Amino acid sequence: MPYSLPSFLVVSALLFCLGMYTVLTRRNAIGILMGVELVLNAAGLNFVAFSRFLRAPDPAGLLSGQVFALFIIAVAAAEVAVALAIVLSLYSRMKTIDVEQFKRLQG
Amino acid sequence: MKDVIFNVFVLMTLIPSLWVALSSNLVHAAFSLLFTFFGIAGLYVLLGADFIGVVQVIIYIGGILVLIVFGVMMTERGKLLPLAVQLPGRLLASILSLIMLGALFLAFASARWPVAPFPGEPEPTSAAIGELLLGKYLIAFELAALLLLAGLVGAVLIVRRSVRGE
Repeated sequence: MPYSLPSFLVVSALLFCLGMYTVLTRRNAIGILMGVELVLNAAGLNFVAFSRFLRAPDPAGLLSGQVFALFIIAVAAAEVAVALAIVLSLYSRMKTIDVEQFKRLQG
Repeated sequence: MKDVIFNVFVLMTLIPSLWVALSSNLVHAAFSLLFTFFGIAGLYVLLGADFIGVVQVIIYIGGILVLIVFGVMMTERGKLLPLAVQLPGRLLASILSLIMLGALFLAFASARWPVAPFPGEPEPTSAAIGELLLGKYLIAFELAALLLLAGLVGAVLIVRRSVRGE
């Protein structure tokens, strides 16, 4: 693939769909977390690629896409900390992290 | 030359992420996630985003991946879970993912991007990013700090309650 904007979009679309497949098929809660990380990375890659290739309306905002990628990384860090806390707490209570066993909230 | 490096990083990103999606061993999946994160950091650097690339290595590989591997080690304890859902669910998931992929490709093909050459060679970006963070995006920056603090306190609280509550 050539080094161009559409190639980056294709790569991040593939990454997004692999992450989506992982989230949908894993039964292990930590496996689902890995899929979420893939999806977030795909979004960050898109932001940085757009900030590199697209014309910015004002020159001061040339790196806005990179700032957004930075925010995505910060949100991902907070998300994974809380999610792992929930998973470990569920594990200590129910002795499993198989999400098909977590049916208590189903009503 | 740039194309070759780009393709190397793309393969380094996509092949391990395929393994993340399909592997039947969670430790292998976590390990291939390492290569995916490294490949994406390489793509960031190739895009001229040196600061984001370094942050990606430090936070994703040094922080998030270590936490994930820690979680795998804490919870697996020898007994292997069936890792994926049953076949009908997997079929449905792959059909949904392929539909999503097709929709994304259609969107890319039909959109017209105002592509412009980047002004000049990429320069170190950290100074400009710092000015944006503490200028235009100050409120979002402070909110991100608040979110991290809330996440920290929340994570400690959730785990503490589950240890004490029983």
